[in-house]
Amino acid sequence: MNKVVANADEAVRDIKDGMTLMLGGFGLCGIPENSIAALVRMGVKNLTCISNNAGVDDFGIGLMLKTRQVKKMISSYVGENDEFERQLLSGELEVELIPQGTLAERCRAAGAGIPAFFTPAGYGTEVAEGKEVREFNGKMYLLEHAFDSDFAIVKAWKGDTDGNLIFKGTARNFNPMMAMAGKITIAEVEELLEPGELAANEIHVPGIFVNKIFKGVNYEKRIEQRTVRQN
Amino acid sequence: MLDKNGIAKRIARELKDGYYVNLGIGVPTLVANYIPEGMHVTLQSENGLLGMGPFPTEAEVDPDLINAGKQTVTTLPGSSFFDSATSFGMIRSGRVDLTVLGAMEINDRGDIANWKIPGKMVKGMGGAMDLVASAKNIIVAMMHTNKAGESKLLTECTLPITGLGCVKKVVTDLCVMDITDRGFELKELAPGVTVEMVKNATAGRLVVEGEIPTMEI
Repeated sequence: MNKVVANADEAVRDIKDGMTLMLGGFGLCGIPENSIAALVRMGVKNLTCISNNAGVDDFGIGLMLKTRQVKKMISSYVGENDEFERQLLSGELEVELIPQGTLAERCRAAGAGIPAFFTPAGYGTEVAEGKEVREFNGKMYLLEHAFDSDFAIVKAWKGDTDGNLIFKGTARNFNPMMAMAGKITIAEVEELLEPGELAANEIHVPGIFVNKIFKGVNYEKRIEQRTVRQN
Repeated sequence: MLDKNGIAKRIARELKDGYYVNLGIGVPTLVANYIPEGMHVTLQSENGLLGMGPFPTEAEVDPDLINAGKQTVTTLPGSSFFDSATSFGMIRSGRVDLTVLGAMEINDRGDIANWKIPGKMVKGMGGAMDLVASAKNIIVAMMHTNKAGESKLLTECTLPITGLGCVKKVVTDLCVMDITDRGFELKELAPGVTVEMVKNATAGRLVVEGEIPTMEI
């Protein structure tokens, strides 16, 4: 068994038109930059992408919106991405907006072998339309289902050749649950190490969840809101 | 009348020692600047950070360390990082003591709308729907009227709802109100604001009882 692939192009080559992908990251923090660039090069189309945001106009998943490779986005926040908002409002892009905690839990459920769960988020709102509602201890909850995705693509700080992963800071976000949830999980890492070089106590995602791993290159790690204080 | 910082400053007076607090994007974020000296308040950022510190110096900037508003931040002694499922576990299970959010509209039963204007603008709900569905204590920070001068404190929200019956208190540029079964109960006036001004700017049920004090900020 060898999980290591040479680069992003090799990692994503089995992704086909019309597939559903999970992509880790919050804003531009902890996104699989190399894999997104490879998907753009490959030109695969009609994708459904599950990701908290859709990057910005010229980076992250925004690049795939620009090339019209995405048929549908499942996200919690459009935010300051003008192209995303424009395609959403014009109807060019199908968009399912769901609460962020529900997005996280639908990933977690998929990776935990749980088909559905009840959550209070969205009760009484548009999000509840068509969903089963049930009362527990006097409070109303919606039935939400685990995601079903073909590939999960995550970005980790360090990984080893067995697929064990460690994340850094808030770049962790959705990456661990998505890594657990993909039918096939691709991890790109800043540092690729040998088994034993990561301390077993510190591993965030055990290698069992990761199918392909590669060392990414030239990380830009763009910052959306660079805020600093004077000394 | 209060400016944005004044609203944040007044909301900071609702903080208590030991509180875990989630601050939304915009004016709510400013509340962090007015945490009273010596009070231990821990800020939760739903993208996966508990114990959020101030903005970094230029040398400290780390693209892998941001808050839910995507701003660069720092950690503090005792901070922790976690994944998004754990983060919303904290929120849904009621561990967060106070949530401060912005709003486009609220109504006199505590419903809030803050994620979408159909056909015009879609921001998305982000974590707001999870927060309002589970938080014990929600304070809304907002301007009392919109740019056209129309009240944002209504009998019925006209915009798509984020959550039902969840807002307990609202601090605007004009006043502080509690939201109870009776509607918007006027509690404090901003400096230079009269009860009449609040009445004119409030479309929902308003309760004014006794002498209304001017707030101390």
